[in-house]
Amino acid sequence: MIAAQAPLREFTAGFARDRIAVAAFATLCLILLAAIGAPLVSPQDPYDLAQLDILDSKFAPGAKAGAGFTFWLGSDDQGRDMVSAILYGLRISLGVGALSTVIALALGMAVGLISAYAGGWLDNLIMRLVDLQLSFPSILIALVLLAVVGQGVDKIVIALIFVQWAYYARTVRGAALAEKRREYVDAARVMAFSARRIVFRHILPNVLPPLIVVATVQVAHAIALEATLSFLGLGMPITSPSLGLLISNGFAHLLSGRYWISFFPGVALLITIVAINLVGDRLRDVLNPRIAHHYGA
Amino acid sequence: MLAFAAKRLAQSIVVVFIMSALVFVGVYAIGNPVDILINPQADQAEIAAATRALGLDQPLWRQYWNFISGAFAGDLGKSFAANIPAVRLIFERMPATLELALAAMVIAVLLGIPLGLWAGLKPDTVSGRAIMAGSILGFSLPTFWVGLMLIMVFSVWLGWLPPTGRGATVMVLGLPVSFLTWDGLAHLFMPALNLALFKLSLLIRLTRAGTREALAQDYVRFARAKGLSMERVVRVHVLKNIMIPIVTVTGLEFGSVIAFAIVTETIFAWPGMGKLLIDSINVLDRPVIVAYLLIIVLIFVLINLLVDLAYTALDPRVRLAGRST
Repeated sequence: MIAAQAPLREFTAGFARDRIAVAAFATLCLILLAAIGAPLVSPQDPYDLAQLDILDSKFAPGAKAGAGFTFWLGSDDQGRDMVSAILYGLRISLGVGALSTVIALALGMAVGLISAYAGGWLDNLIMRLVDLQLSFPSILIALVLLAVVGQGVDKIVIALIFVQWAYYARTVRGAALAEKRREYVDAARVMAFSARRIVFRHILPNVLPPLIVVATVQVAHAIALEATLSFLGLGMPITSPSLGLLISNGFAHLLSGRYWISFFPGVALLITIVAINLVGDRLRDVLNPRIAHHYGA
Repeated sequence: MLAFAAKRLAQSIVVVFIMSALVFVGVYAIGNPVDILINPQADQAEIAAATRALGLDQPLWRQYWNFISGAFAGDLGKSFAANIPAVRLIFERMPATLELALAAMVIAVLLGIPLGLWAGLKPDTVSGRAIMAGSILGFSLPTFWVGLMLIMVFSVWLGWLPPTGRGATVMVLGLPVSFLTWDGLAHLFMPALNLALFKLSLLIRLTRAGTREALAQDYVRFARAKGLSMERVVRVHVLKNIMIPIVTVTGLEFGSVIAFAIVTETIFAWPGMGKLLIDSINVLDRPVIVAYLLIIVLIFVLINLLVDLAYTALDPRVRLAGRST
């Protein structure tokens, strides 16, 4: 037990040595809690029409409505409280980002492992495909895909999976090729284990940890990409207002000086992305033995 | 070298063909553009006539054949919406995008390299840390949101810059450019800055990392020991050595700047080909979408090819590695 716990404790201690990373982690936990508990903590249900009053629309931040309700971050053109809209939006943005990353990770991992273990023409073909895809910016690929398949939550998840899988496939293949030459794989082969068993029971657990770190940072990319696509009008449908869609709605009111409809959802998006990036960077530093010597210095 | 170039060129041509087929099938095989283009009250005969006129009644492989043979003649079909050749439509819009992308690259290079150099030379000072914090922010800020905030501050609050459009242009060598008039510059500044932000952060990081690595090398210590001033060491020795990766990345990133211009052009209503793409997607104007994608594929393949060839010419190690595989 102690032997198993020691690396974890060392890891936690290493992570905690950077105060900014700890603060980012705490922020991220808060954001996650707020997003998951949005229906419980938000002042109103922004999509229950019975709770909205058109007379409350376009209030500036801090304005009080008739019934003693304060719009701390203002309200949009439907009389929707921005605090509530942002909390619900966070839920959708984080959900879509995390879901697509997890699926893309699983898919990319499977393809990468197969590619590494099979070798030969299959490996060549897969890697050429990956190279081809990665030579184009993800926003372009996602845009074209959405232009072809149309709008919808499922469609955007598919698009986000599609732009991410190649990246994981390449990373996993590289890691797996390095593992393949290790002695434990030779040993497993001598034991006449099946290829599938060697790949999934022996190689996979060894390439997984660094990959999860990469995936953490990728969630931030996925969220930002979804927001951008929604802003361009090709992402989420109006029924699932993510942060990007909220910002997009505010665009129409920007020139008349009502900045808050775009501004605050953007701030929420920014804080989320920065927090994820800082935590991801720190994880990478702590897990990377080359840099590990320097922490604390 | 010649063999390598020929091989690389052949690869590029294959890529262009694969991409053209993918793009064509993706855009044409799904949905029916006739539904969108024709008056919903049209009767069956009118719909059939329009389908024939657009060539959509033919089998897919024939449509692709027509399309690819047309592509070689520079004809990618007429825009459904504007009823002029799609390629002409895109070439009309391309100068605006290229100007925006170039302006963004110039801003990124002119600010990014000095800031990165400073942060690399003085990593532990307040200014050095501030530059790095700024670059992290630049990576994390969603581009489209920054664009909105720029409009908010400079157009709505301060009233200094126009929020949208391209402004007055001057013809230079037959191409309209905006940077030679005050009005044009005022319109160009915000979109270019917005587009530059991400590349600026990237260049800062790259230059800083390169500088820190170079400073630890023996040749820098030797030059210092020889009695050269730090300024001269940086200007002549360090800068020269870190320029190769910086130039490569800058070249490679140009394609992605053109792609990201889609977002910036939409925000600032900049009349480039990125905005044209979004408008075309919204009305499902397929010939324009396909033409845009093919042209962007060509641009990307060309950039990759040129960077590869330049790299091989500059660095013999790459050439040798390429021969052994």
